[in-house]
Amino acid sequence: MPITIAPDRRPRKEAGTAWLFISPAVLIILGLSIVPVLWSLLLSFQANDLVTPSRWVGLDNYDALVQDPKFGQAVRNTLLYTVLYVPLSIVLGLALALVLNQRIRLVGLYRTLMFVPFVISATAQGVLFSFILDPEFGVANSVLHRIGLSPQGFLADPGQALLVLVGITVWSGTGFCVVVYLAALQEVPPSLVESARLDGAGRWQVLRHVVLPTLTPITVFLVLWQVIQSLQVFDLVYVTTKGGPLGSTTVIVYFVWEQAFKSFTAGYGAAAAYVLAAALLIIAVVVRVARRQGVAR
Amino acid sequence: MTATVNLRPPQSRRAAPAASSRRPGIRLPFSAWHLLLVPLALLFAIPLIWLLISSVMTNAEINRFPPALWPKGIDLGGYAYVLGHSMFPRWLLNSLIVSAVAVASNLLFGALAGYAFARLRFGGSRLLLVLMLATMAIPFQLTMIPTFIVMRQLGLIDTLGALMVPSLVTPFAVFLMRQFFLSLPRDLEEAAWIDGCSTLGVLFRIVLPLSRPALATVAVLTFLTTWNDLTWPLIAINHDTQYTLPLGLTTFQGLHHTNWAAVMAGNVITVVPVLLAFLGAQKTFIQSVTATGLKA
Repeated sequence: MPITIAPDRRPRKEAGTAWLFISPAVLIILGLSIVPVLWSLLLSFQANDLVTPSRWVGLDNYDALVQDPKFGQAVRNTLLYTVLYVPLSIVLGLALALVLNQRIRLVGLYRTLMFVPFVISATAQGVLFSFILDPEFGVANSVLHRIGLSPQGFLADPGQALLVLVGITVWSGTGFCVVVYLAALQEVPPSLVESARLDGAGRWQVLRHVVLPTLTPITVFLVLWQVIQSLQVFDLVYVTTKGGPLGSTTVIVYFVWEQAFKSFTAGYGAAAAYVLAAALLIIAVVVRVARRQGVAR
Repeated sequence: MTATVNLRPPQSRRAAPAASSRRPGIRLPFSAWHLLLVPLALLFAIPLIWLLISSVMTNAEINRFPPALWPKGIDLGGYAYVLGHSMFPRWLLNSLIVSAVAVASNLLFGALAGYAFARLRFGGSRLLLVLMLATMAIPFQLTMIPTFIVMRQLGLIDTLGALMVPSLVTPFAVFLMRQFFLSLPRDLEEAAWIDGCSTLGVLFRIVLPLSRPALATVAVLTFLTTWNDLTWPLIAINHDTQYTLPLGLTTFQGLHHTNWAAVMAGNVITVVPVLLAFLGAQKTFIQSVTATGLKA
């Protein structure tokens, strides 16, 4: 019987096969993530111009970061962007998902239309909106002109550029929230809604006391996901404003990229990247803890 | 935009069922919700429609003030310029090569590793799996500088190889394949084992033909992330013969600031493959996106 053969032969062969199967993935994934992460940490204590051998400088990079007004501005810009984009995309996504969750026709079409901007690259979005919002040749100012409003600077105006970037990502990122919420709404047990109805709850009350609480885990996930995405925004900024005008859209990752690959101060860039990573880690831990407490209650 | 969305639903929500319950015989040809949804859907669609329209406008129509809102006729000058007088065809080819390699290798290595983690017993498997999953949480800006240094040591900077190597296999592909394999019944595989089939044979002849949905998800998401990536090509590539479409498009835009028709034509070329992939595999795509969302 094979049962007697299997225990004899399989384990040794099995382990060998397994290692053969996983070695490409292990080599590439761990080699290009764990190793660079530690390397980055080392770099952040060094002065490195990507050409000559690096020099150990201890905490100098971090000291300089704290005093660098450009880094401070990058942190403020990133936080402002996050604080605006995350709630807007989530509230709008939830509202649209609730509307689409009714029994109406063409739901599939609406969902597709709202989701399409999400699959388009930030580069394509950026190039498209640079054109639409071009102060001279853009259709946006053309429309404003036609309805008698004064033309705007949009991405060229230091006071507006960051808000315009938020608007572009709300346009492209809301569809993701809609789709995730729509899927979650399918999972809300109809019996719960039914019994609340029988107890005399109106539509609004059902929404507030039954539907929204069951969506809480999804909302937590979306907040975390969107925060992580927006703290790391880069492509759109590079394509549209290159951090300008007057540094008004310089975000943290743009700062890191600029330091490492334009100014060739890679150690300094690595330190900035580590500050951002630490912030992400703290947020993830706080959300985890808050969620666990929420579940316990 | 937010205000209308937030204020209206409660009102019309009450209005809609009332209308249908009072007069069950007579129905509106459409639900009142469409009055809200159509303008909103247009807000999402208009920029993309404008992308298409402006790509067939002449630069004269675009560059006058105020610019035209509708083209007089379909002008393919932008496309002709982009395809005939720029590097776009080359960038398109580069993007196709890099994406194809990434998709194929993610399918292969993701399936191999996923199968080992799902079915084979070996020392350290748990630890390795946890480590791999943990790497999904590492932000790219933390690894990009050393990855650049590594690629330079390997002599790959400024070649498509530099773009391929980091995306050969992602922890996402491994994890997704593993989860799917775990959901399959073992019976068939065990029968094949007993018949003396090799592990590789079992995987390729029995398991993978049953794994189409997972393979499709990995393929679609890998294609989209590789095709759309700008950050890494920007770092790893200097010479314009090695550009991918996003890098080429943004550079092209910087150089041709008055030739918007051509820029938009190039943009359409960049976007269309993604739209086709999305529309063709919409179900797979939406399911996989929500699956990652709902699991967390």
